[in-house]
Amino acid sequence: MSAADFKRRQVSGRGIPVTGNDIDTDRIIPARFLKAVTFESMGEHAFEDAKKQNPEHPFNQKAYQGASVLVVGQNFGCGSSREHAPQALMRWGIRAIVGGSFGEIFFGNCVMLGIPCLRASQEDIEWLQKAVAKSPQQPMTVDVEKQEVRFGDRVIKATVPEGARNQLVGGTWDSTAVLLEAGAAIEATARKLPYVKGY
Amino acid sequence: MARTLLDKVWEAHTVRILPSGQTQLLIGLHLIHEVTTPQAFQMLKELKLKVRMPERTFGTLDHIIPTADQTRPYADPEAEEMAQHMYRNMKEFGLPLFDMASGKQGIVHVIGPELGLSQPGMTIACGDSHTSTHGAVGAIAFGIGTTQVRDVLATQCLAMAKPKLRQVRVEGALAKGVYAKDVILAIINQLGVKGGVGYAYEYAGPVIERMTMEERLTICNMSIEGGARCGYVNPDAATVEYLRGRPYAPKDTAFDRAAAWWKSVATEPDAKFDDVARLDGAAIEPVVTWGINPGMSVGVSQKIPAPESAPEPERPTYREALAHMGFQAGQPIKGAKIDVAFVGSCTNGRLSDLRAAAEVAKRGKVAKHVRALIVPGSQQVAKAAEAEGLDQIFQAAGFQWRKAGCSMCLGMNDDKLQGREMSASSSNRNFIGRQGSPTGRTLLMSPAMVVAAAITGAVTDVREILK
Ligand code: SF4
Repeated sequence: MSAADFKRRQVSGRGIPVTGNDIDTDRIIPARFLKAVTFESMGEHAFEDAKKQNPEHPFNQKAYQGASVLVVGQNFGCGSSREHAPQALMRWGIRAIVGGSFGEIFFGNCVMLGIPCLRASQEDIEWLQKAVAKSPQQPMTVDVEKQEVRFGDRVIKATVPEGARNQLVGGTWDSTAVLLEAGAAIEATARKLPYVKGY
Repeated sequence: MARTLLDKVWEAHTVRILPSGQTQLLIGLHLIHEVTTPQAFQMLKELKLKVRMPERTFGTLDHIIPTADQTRPYADPEAEEMAQHMYRNMKEFGLPLFDMASGKQGIVHVIGPELGLSQPGMTIACGDSHTSTHGAVGAIAFGIGTTQVRDVLATQCLAMAKPKLRQVRVEGALAKGVYAKDVILAIINQLGVKGGVGYAYEYAGPVIERMTMEERLTICNMSIEGGARCGYVNPDAATVEYLRGRPYAPKDTAFDRAAAWWKSVATEPDAKFDDVARLDGAAIEPVVTWGINPGMSVGVSQKIPAPESAPEPERPTYREALAHMGFQAGQPIKGAKIDVAFVGSCTNGRLSDLRAAAEVAKRGKVAKHVRALIVPGSQQVAKAAEAEGLDQIFQAAGFQWRKAGCSMCLGMNDDKLQGREMSASSSNRNFIGRQGSPTGRTLLMSPAMVVAAAITGAVTDVREILK
């Protein structure tokens, strides 16, 4: 992939609303599906138990198949650090998430996968979730660079912290390559630490 | 300007500032386990990279292993496959693995401090959210995802933004029968499950300062349940004494020099925080969660709150919680019937937890309808407990005495809730489905409270049994 392929200036696609606050990563992907040495099968199990318990769950609904922008409430992705959660969403088809707030490790994991998570006000989130439910076929644009979400003729302010935004927009979220660039400075930093050089 | 531990540790580990504005942070200790690493090793292989600092990387098996019969191959073929991958990867990349044969195996967050691997002033990372535990020794410790595990393996670094710092002060003194678990549940209840987002927590104040290292580990463990990126306690005399003589701690005169450095990284007296929160330790009673996140808790003498008592946006979660748990608003939590009792996990699976549990177990027998498990946090904890005869006390009271592992904390092995069973658990998460049954229910509490519930068959104030 060239650097340009990594740039996440904006993501466009149809939306899927998952309402409710504090939806934890155990709910996104229950622990029993973590017993796998690859992430490949994760997409099939996104929200598995929630889907079984609730036939009306958005991930069950035909209207939302093929959607790529997830619209969620407060504290989405709290709990376990399992990257299986964003992997499951990504493999299901999610490319960007708009929500009230996010669990921090989940947010970081999403950045590492090039999935922007944008924060909007409670009011805007509620409006967007309703609007998407009304017109599931209508695409929206998540603009990471301008920090806004556009749906129909409405523009919603939606923010991403600067560091993550720069990574996403600049295409440097694939961090291994970036971190390796530091070269010998890594060992030099280590050698200065008393517990590395010996007390 | 007076500096905090976070300032000092962050600065000492900064390799450079990245173009994104984040810090390239050196990781001093990388702990790994079988569930969140196979994909990371695979990515490393695809990138044709080695482990950058194999001498700073240690692994164990904890999440999927059975805690009853541990003969290989494991009865569960998926668990066996994951264990095999772990053995193969650790060997291929030249990394030490604390497996069953080592006598040092256990939950990754129990063995790090126990072996003296986790030390003050370090940065620590592990592909597990409860890595915050290690902050108890005065380290900055982050839970990370699998792709970040790849980064640490490949570069010994993480790209991180420095969090803000909130000092959480617990003033006064605790009453008898009130434990570290009650303190952290009270903190999360007061500050909220997302109150810590964007923050590191520095736990301080007389109650924290008087705590043993094991109690501090319990506190820091659940920082993540309060939304914080990490949590720590400043290193002091208790920290130094805890580390003395541990296998990976420095020895002899090097230990004294280390101790001096450890104390030097503590927050200075006049340092400023982005925020300070205060709790009165004396006002805390044994805490029990009634809902589906760790912030939904009450004191054992209190009633389950009504959704209307919560701020508007939280009410739907309250209603969902009441429906899932089968509780009525206004019902006292005391007397809620349980089916399963679980003492263990990286929150409360250490020797002092088992001692506190045994103190209560001596006073009764597990109620007939209750299935009760004691799962030590590590092989060494198990050994120490057996040397004191705690296993005998538990078994005599009707508890199962298991081998070390994560067990029913997340139900990745056979230790699972069945159907709608209600569990009294010393673990850290009461999320729907967490303990292995999609409809299972979890009440979080201290180990002593779990045993009290096991004996009486329902949520009970342990102070009445200890009287
Ligand atoms: S005991 Fe529970 S919380 Fe701790 S590492 Fe294991 S699964 Fe995670």
